[in-house]
Amino acid sequence: MKIVVCVSHVPDTATKVKIGADEKFIDPAGVVYIINPYDEFAVEEALKTKEKFGGEVITISVGGDNNKETIRKALAMGTDKGVLLKTDKPLDSFGIAKALSDEIKNYQPDIVFMGKQSVDYDDAIVGQLTSEMLGFSCISNVVDLKIDGQKITAEREIEGGKEVVESELPIIITAQKGLNEPRYASLKGIMAAKKKEIEEKKTGEYSNLIEVISMKKPQAKQPGRIVGTDVSAVPELVKLLHEEAKIF
Amino acid sequence: MSRTILAILEQRENKLKKISFEVLSFSKRLAEKYNQDVIAVAAGNEIENLSMVEKYGVSKVIHFKNEALANYSSSAYTDVISEAAKEFDAEYLIFGDTAFGKDLAPRVAARLNSGCVIDCTNVNLDGDTAVFTRPVYAGKALVDVKFNSDKKVVTIRPNIFKAHSSDDGAALNIETRNVSNPNLKTRVIDIKKSEGKLDVAEADIIVSGGRGLKAPENFNLVENLADVLGGAVGASRAAVDAGWRPHRDQVGQTGKTVSPTLYIACGISGAIQHLAGMSSSKYIVAINKDKDAPIFGVADYGIVGDLFEILPALTEEVKKIKA
Ligand SMILES: Cc1cc2nc3c(=O)[nH]c(=O)nc-3n(C[C@H](O)[C@H](O)[C@H](O)COP(=O)(O)OP(=O)(O)OC[C@H]3O[C@@H](n4cnc5c(N)ncnc54)[C@H](O)[C@@H]3O)c2cc1C
Ligand SMILES: Nc1ncnc2c1ncn2[C@@H]1O[C@H](COP(=O)(O)O)[C@@H](O)[C@H]1O
Repeated sequence: MKIVVCVSHVPDTATKVKIGADEKFIDPAGVVYIINPYDEFAVEEALKTKEKFGGEVITISVGGDNNKETIRKALAMGTDKGVLLKTDKPLDSFGIAKALSDEIKNYQPDIVFMGKQSVDYDDAIVGQLTSEMLGFSCISNVVDLKIDGQKITAEREIEGGKEVVESELPIIITAQKGLNEPRYASLKGIMAAKKKEIEEKKTGEYSNLIEVISMKKPQAKQPGRIVGTDVSAVPELVKLLHEEAKIF
Repeated sequence: MSRTILAILEQRENKLKKISFEVLSFSKRLAEKYNQDVIAVAAGNEIENLSMVEKYGVSKVIHFKNEALANYSSSAYTDVISEAAKEFDAEYLIFGDTAFGKDLAPRVAARLNSGCVIDCTNVNLDGDTAVFTRPVYAGKALVDVKFNSDKKVVTIRPNIFKAHSSDDGAALNIETRNVSNPNLKTRVIDIKKSEGKLDVAEADIIVSGGRGLKAPENFNLVENLADVLGGAVGASRAAVDAGWRPHRDQVGQTGKTVSPTLYIACGISGAIQHLAGMSSSKYIVAINKDKDAPIFGVADYGIVGDLFEILPALTEEVKKIKA
């Protein structure tokens, strides 16, 4: 089976965000970048699918040279080949999806795995956009997946439960936490990854459909009030919720 | 013909969901500014409460109807909504930022070659073009963005833009269109409801517990308080990773983003990834025995103390006031 997994290179979730001088992007100084946490579920599912059906897993990332670290991480977990699609200017999700779909076309994969969301812009749309551009099916936010011939049955998380979705290959699946437990890269895997090929290409020219005017910090919340230091503060708290916040 | 705004309604089990009314009110706001008409669009089979849109000042509804559309189908819904956007020359398509809207909006946007602004939490209509604000980096920053595309797809975060009644003076016109041969390549065949009650993503009041609860059975203290408040139970990742609560309850950067009216954090320290998921709540209450816990930095009201004493007392006190 031909399998593709798309990985993004994002700031560690513990990052304290500082706005850059241009007031459009974050200041990358001192920021530690990691593989997007949801993409680890995507890589794991790609590897499990390969183990079951055979084939090859190609890892693709759109971005700068540093994205190679994240591609290497996927290679160390066990994917076969990496492709870095280099871009000179920051792309919006639409541009990223265009770059991905233009590249994915070349492989004619049966299945593409992505994360449900990149924890940088938190868009959660690249999978769906790419699927539409490729004319593939798509199931997003997936926590359970079964592949039976051409038929796909997946469960996706929705408010108050799960939808059981049926679809067909070729398909893009976006992974939600719960789909699997991502494996750790073994020492052997890490060594092997150093020898695996990362092909570099340039993305096409895409114009952004969404333009960032400015980035700012959210207004800091007013420091709260400590109502008390033991159980005797409870009536006062309830009074505040009732009279000031008017919750009930 | 002037351009229009499509308000995409969400239904489940034949009933419009609350987010649909927020979508209608938001669409009306844009419509008034740009002097456009709002057309509500719903796909489904029998939708019982479609006429409710009138209460929010929208008098035209297109109902795409087919038995097979009762449940969501990304392929079929993308077709009908994209076609409607072309037919009515929609400038804006407004969706709720829910599991449904998040799946469908980008599909439609790609089909229409439109930009897609996700999880909008504010809009500024003062200038010539609308400027949309949305949180990025899990709410640690906000960006103001504008569209460079002809058609514009937006999803709005639930609970931020309140639905309010309005009247456009016109008589309600529900146009039912029977959809023949919908493309059902991808379709929902079943919905498994989680046995719990309210989902945190939809609740107006959330009581969340963390590692400070010490053991899964102690979550009954959190449940009791949630019950008397009519709220949902949430959890920190520490509580979820320990197996005390299912992942669907997790609030935070890798859990759910919530913005209820009231969020009560019990035995939760307030790690940056947890704050990312709940700091846009209207009122935050923190109960923690450590006065230096970062959760107090975002809390409106805090009690420094032992949750095992405070939670039962709080539950009783709320009962009293609600009696
Ligand atoms: C990639 C990544 C993603 C993450 N995503 C999330 C996420 O989505 N959501 C999330 O929540 N976390 C997330 N985390 C984890 C986060 O960093 C914290 O580890 C977690 O939130 C801590 O949970 P906690 O507050 O319950 O536990 P702790 O930090 O251990 O805090 C427990 C608190 O309980 C208090 N306490 C103890 N006993 C009592 C008592 N008797 N009465 C009152 N108070 C008491 C203590 O003072 C303490 O403040 C993520 C981490 C990473 C690395
Ligand atoms: N720059 C990128 N390169 C490769 N894949 C990406 C990139 N950005 C997003 N993706 C994929 O799309 C998913 C959803 O991202 P997003 O829509 O940006 O939240 C991610 O989990 C990745 O699998």
